[in-house]
Amino acid sequence: MDGDRMDVAWHEVCGVDEIWPDTGICALIDGRQIAVFRLSASETPGEFFAIDNHDPMSGANVLSRGLIGNLGERLVVASPIYKHHYDLRTGECVEDPNVSIHTFGARVRDGRVWIGA
Amino acid sequence: MKLVVIGNGMVGHKLLESLGAAENLQVTVLCEEPRPAYDRVHLSEFFSGKSADDLSLVEPGFFDNPRIDLRLGAQAASLDRSLKTVTTADGEVIAYDKLVLATGSYPFVPPIPGKDRDGCFVYRRIEDLEAMTACGAQSKVGVVVGGGLLGLECAKALRDMGLTTHVVEFAPRLMAVQVDEGGGRVLRRKIEDLGVSVHTEKNTVEIVDGEQCRHRMRFADGSELETDMIVFSAGIRPRDELARASDLGVGPRGGIVVDNRCRTLDPDIYAIGECALWDGRIFGLVAPGYEMARVVASDILSAVDATAGPAAEFLGADMSTKLKLMGVDVASIGDAHGRTEGSRAFIYTDERKQIYKKLVTSEDGKLLLGAVLVGDANEYGSLLQMALNHIELPESPEFLILPSSDGTVTTGLGVDALPASAQICSCNNVSKLQLCEAIGAGETTLGGLKKCTKAATTCGGCAPLVTQVLKAELKRLGHSVNNHLCEHFPYSRQELYHLIRVGGIRNFDELLAKHGSGLGCDICKPTAASIFASCWNEFVLTRDKAALQDSNDYYLANIQKNGSYSVVPRIAGGEITPDKLIVIGQVAKKYGLYTKITGGQRIDLFGAQVHQLPAIWGELVAAGFESGHAYGKAVRTVKSCVGSTWCRYGVQDSVGMALLVENRYKGLRAPHKIKFAVSGCTRECAEAQSKDVGVIATEKGWNLYVCGNGGMKPRHAELLASDLDDATLIRYIDRFLMFYIRTADRLQRTSVWRDNLEGGLDYLRQVIVDDSLGLGAELEAEMRHVVDTYECEWKKAINDPDTLKRFRTFVNSDADDSGVVFVEERGQIRPATDAEKQTRFKDIEIVAEAT
Ligand code: SRM
Ligand SMILES: Cc1cc2nc3c(=O)[nH]c(=O)nc-3n(C[C@H](O)[C@H](O)[C@H](O)COP(=O)(O)OP(=O)(O)OC[C@H]3O[C@@H](n4cnc5c(N)ncnc54)[C@H](O)[C@@H]3O)c2cc1C
Ligand code: SF4
Ligand code: FES
Repeated sequence: MDGDRMDVAWHEVCGVDEIWPDTGICALIDGRQIAVFRLSASETPGEFFAIDNHDPMSGANVLSRGLIGNLGERLVVASPIYKHHYDLRTGECVEDPNVSIHTFGARVRDGRVWIGA
Repeated sequence: MKLVVIGNGMVGHKLLESLGAAENLQVTVLCEEPRPAYDRVHLSEFFSGKSADDLSLVEPGFFDNPRIDLRLGAQAASLDRSLKTVTTADGEVIAYDKLVLATGSYPFVPPIPGKDRDGCFVYRRIEDLEAMTACGAQSKVGVVVGGGLLGLECAKALRDMGLTTHVVEFAPRLMAVQVDEGGGRVLRRKIEDLGVSVHTEKNTVEIVDGEQCRHRMRFADGSELETDMIVFSAGIRPRDELARASDLGVGPRGGIVVDNRCRTLDPDIYAIGECALWDGRIFGLVAPGYEMARVVASDILSAVDATAGPAAEFLGADMSTKLKLMGVDVASIGDAHGRTEGSRAFIYTDERKQIYKKLVTSEDGKLLLGAVLVGDANEYGSLLQMALNHIELPESPEFLILPSSDGTVTTGLGVDALPASAQICSCNNVSKLQLCEAIGAGETTLGGLKKCTKAATTCGGCAPLVTQVLKAELKRLGHSVNNHLCEHFPYSRQELYHLIRVGGIRNFDELLAKHGSGLGCDICKPTAASIFASCWNEFVLTRDKAALQDSNDYYLANIQKNGSYSVVPRIAGGEITPDKLIVIGQVAKKYGLYTKITGGQRIDLFGAQVHQLPAIWGELVAAGFESGHAYGKAVRTVKSCVGSTWCRYGVQDSVGMALLVENRYKGLRAPHKIKFAVSGCTRECAEAQSKDVGVIATEKGWNLYVCGNGGMKPRHAELLASDLDDATLIRYIDRFLMFYIRTADRLQRTSVWRDNLEGGLDYLRQVIVDDSLGLGAELEAEMRHVVDTYECEWKKAINDPDTLKRFRTFVNSDADDSGVVFVEERGQIRPATDAEKQTRFKDIEIVAEAT
C-alpha cells in the first residue's frame, strides 16, 4: 500500500468519531484535498481509506461526499456528480480504467486518524 | 407498378406498412383528412389528454420513403376505370395500375328534423372531438343517440367532461348486437350506477329549441329531453360513393362487394376495411380490416416481386370484443346469442355484484361457440382461445364461469394449453408461436414484445394474454425474470418495500443482514433510505441513515457542477409575502448567491459551499422558511394559479387548495420526485395536466388528474375522478401517492409506473376510487402517519450539533474549496469555466475566490 512507502509523511487529521461510519470527510493536507472514508460493516470494521477528493470526470472536488459500497470484489465510492465509481484500494475508475486517482495510506492511532501523503 | 390508395385511415395505413419497402412500386396515397393515419380505436383518449401526435400511427420517417407520395387534404372525387385514373377534388388526375379503396365509413345520422342544429356532433375524427370539447366547455347536459359500443364510449367522454349525460337508444337494450337480454340488463344497471341515464326504446322524432338547454329532443312516445349537446352514434355506413358512381358492385345496404382476395368486380381495384362488403358482411372492427390489408398487400407483392410468397385469402374474421366502458367490463365472443342449431347455454348471474356470464356450447357440450360476460370479463382471453382453437371443454363447462368457493373463477386452462398456432393478438394477427419466437430471441419484456411483434398495440385487449405467454415462456426457457435492485439485494424495489414495511425494518444493517449481501452501493442505499422515510418518516440524517443518502439528501441541498450547492426554500403554491421575498434577497446578498426564479414557482439560491449551508438556513428558518426538498426524491412543488380569489374566471380557490396539498405532502419521500398543480378553472393556467397529480377546479368541486410529467418524455395526466369535494380529493390523493410509493420501481415517475401497471388507468381507478383491493383505509393510515410526523429537515439539522458538525468543507481546516471559483455575469456570480480558472489572474474579474 502507498502508505508504507518510505517518503510519506503522516498527518493527523481528525478523531475517528468525526467520521460517521460508512461516510467520508475531506482533509486539507499541504493544500491537497484528500477524501477519507470509514467503513464499518462486519467484513471491514474500522477500516479507513484515503483517495484524492478531486473527481477527474467532473472536475469538482467532491469524492468525499460520495456513497461508498462494493461492486463485486471492489470497494468503491460513487462520485456525487456523474456517479463514476472509483476503487478505494487502487484509485482506478471503474467505468474508465484509463483514469485513475491517487490513493493514500490511512491509519488509526489512539482514536485519531492519520493520513500518509 | 403505380399503386393508388384512397384513404389513409387505420386500414389504408396498415396496407402501406404491409407493403414494406417493395421496389418496383410507386404509391400515391390520397388522404382526405388533414393528418395522416391515427389510432381511431383510441380516439376517446384524446379527451384524457392524448394529442393528435400521440394518436398517430405513422412511424417517424415512414413517409420520407421516396416511393410513397402522401397527399394530405386530398379527396378523391371520381374514378375513370377505362382510363385507369383517379381525379381529386382539386382536379388533379392520377393514373394507376392498381387502385385500393380504403375509404372507411361515416357515422350514420338518422334523418331527424333538427339534426343539423349547432351543438350536434358525430364521433369519428379528431376534428369532431375538438368541436365537442369546445362545445362541452359551455354545456351542462349531453345526450348520446345510440347505445352501442361506440355510443357508450362517447357517453363516457361526455361524463368525463363533467356533463350530465344521457344515452338514448332505439332498441330495448344497450349493445344489442353483442350482448343478450340478461347481459343487457346488468350492463344497463351498471351504467346507470355511474350516473349516466339510459333511455331505451326511444325514437327521436324532432329536435327543437329548448327552454333550460340549447335543444329539446321529442320522442315518438311523447316524452321529451332537454340537452345542450347531442352526439349521434347510431351506426356506421360504408363510404362507397366512388364505387357506386363507377358501377363497382355495392350491397343493398351499402359496402363495396369484394371476393376472398378483397378484389372488387374490377380486378384492378381492391376495397379493404370498413368500406368493403365481404360475404354480405361489413366488419366494423379494426382487426378484420388489418387482415384485409395484409391480404391485399400479399396480392400486390406477388405481382411485383417474384420472390414474394403466394397471395393470401380473407376468410372472414372473428367479431369477438372486449371493452372496458366506464370501468365496466363487457365482452362478447362468437355466437353470443346462441343462434347455432342445438346449442346450449349456461348462465350465471350475481345480482348483488352485478355480474352476468353466459356460455354457449355445442349440443354435446364439448365446444365453446360463444359467450357473454358483463361486469367481470377476466375469463375473456381464455374463453376466446377455447372458442377459436376448438379446445375440448371440461366435463362441466359451467365451472368455467362459476366462482369457486373463495370467490375467484378458475378457468383451469393456462396458456400452456394453447396450440402454437393460436392467435393471441387478433388486431395484429400475432400467434403464440410468433410471441414465443420473439421471446426466444431475447425479448423479455411486454414493451419489447409489443415493439417487435406489434401484439397488444391496437385495442390492447390481448395484453393480459400476451403477458401470460411471456411469463410462461420465460419460465419454460428457464429464465428468471430479473428485476433485482442491484447485486446486493435479489429483490425489486416493490419487494424490498414490503420486506421493510412488514418486517418493521428500520435500518440498513438489519436489512442487509436479513435480506441482502455485501456492503451495499449507491443504488440500494438511497433506495432503502427512501423506503425507510416513506414507511417510518424518521429524520434522514441520523447516524445510521446519513450514510445511505445521496449527496443531495446528505447535505439537504442540490449539488452543482462545481461541487457547490443550491438552496431552495419552500414557497408553497408559489405564494409569498413581500417580507419573505425581502429575506430571500437579503440572504442571497449576504452570502453572495446567484438567484433565479425556478420553473416550479419558487426561488433558487446557487453557489453555497457546504460549510455555509447551516448559516444560510439558520437565517431562512428564523424568517419562517422551511426546506423545499428540492434535493430529495420527494414532493417538490404544488404550482397554483391565482384562482377564484382574484381571477374573474376562477370557480374555486386554487391557491388555498394548493397550500392545503403542499403542506400536507411536503417532505414525503417517494421512488421519484412528485409534482402537483392546482388550477382554478378549466383554462388551466397552472398546467395541472402536466403533473404527477393535477387538480382542476370545476363548478362542483375538483377534477383529479394523475400521472403526467414534463421533462424528457412529456406526458399529459389523465382524469381519474371528477367533481370531488375537498375531503374526497385528499383521500384519493393519499391513496394514489401511497399506492405509487408501495409499488413503483426505483426512479420510476408516476407515468412510467402507470404504463407498467397491468390494466393501466382503469385498474388504478378501481384501486383508488372503487377500493377494489380493499387497501384504501390502510393507504390512508400510512399517509396519515407521514403527515403527522412531518418535521422540517433543515430546522432539525440546524438545531442538532451532531448533524451540524458534518457541514464542513474540510475536517481539519476552515478554508474554502479552492476549486470553487466564480466570475460575474449579468450582475451575479456563476461558476468559472476551466479556461477562466486558468487565466484568472489575467483579465477576468474573480468575485468570490477562495481565501
Ligand atoms: C431549478 C430548476 C430549473 C429552474 O431554474 O427553473 C430545476 C433544476 C434541476 N432539475 Fe428540474 N428543475 C426545475 C424544474 C423542473 C421542471 C418544471 C416544473 O417542475 O414545473 C421540470 C419538468 C416537469 C417535471 O418534472 O415533470 C423539470 C424536470 C427535470 C428532470 C426530468 C424529469 C423527468 O421525469 O423526465 C430532471 C432529472 C431527474 O429528476 O431525474 C430534473 C433535475 C433537475 C436537477 C435537480 C438536476 C440535478 O440533479 O442537478 C436540477 C438542479 C436543481 C438545483 O440545483 O436546485 N428536472 N425540472 C427548477 C426547480 C423547480 C423547483 O422550484 O423545485
Ligand atoms: C371512437 C371509435 C372507437 C372505436 N373503437 C374500436 C375498438 O375498440 N375496436 C375496434 O376493433 N374498432 C374500433 N373502432 C372502429 C375502427 O376505428 C375502424 O374499424 C377502423 O378505423 C376502420 O379503418 P378504415 O381504414 O377502414 O377506416 P378509417 O379509419 O375511417 O379510414 C378511412 C379514411 O379514408 C378517408 N377517405 C374516405 N373517402 C375518401 C376519399 N374519397 N378521398 C380520400 N380519402 C378518403 C377518410 O377521411 C378516412 O381518413 C372504433 C371507431 C371509433 C370512431
Ligand atoms: S386557471 Fe382559471 S382561475 Fe386560474 S388564473 Fe387561469 S383563468 Fe384564472
Ligand atoms: S387483440 Fe387488439 S391489440 Fe391485440
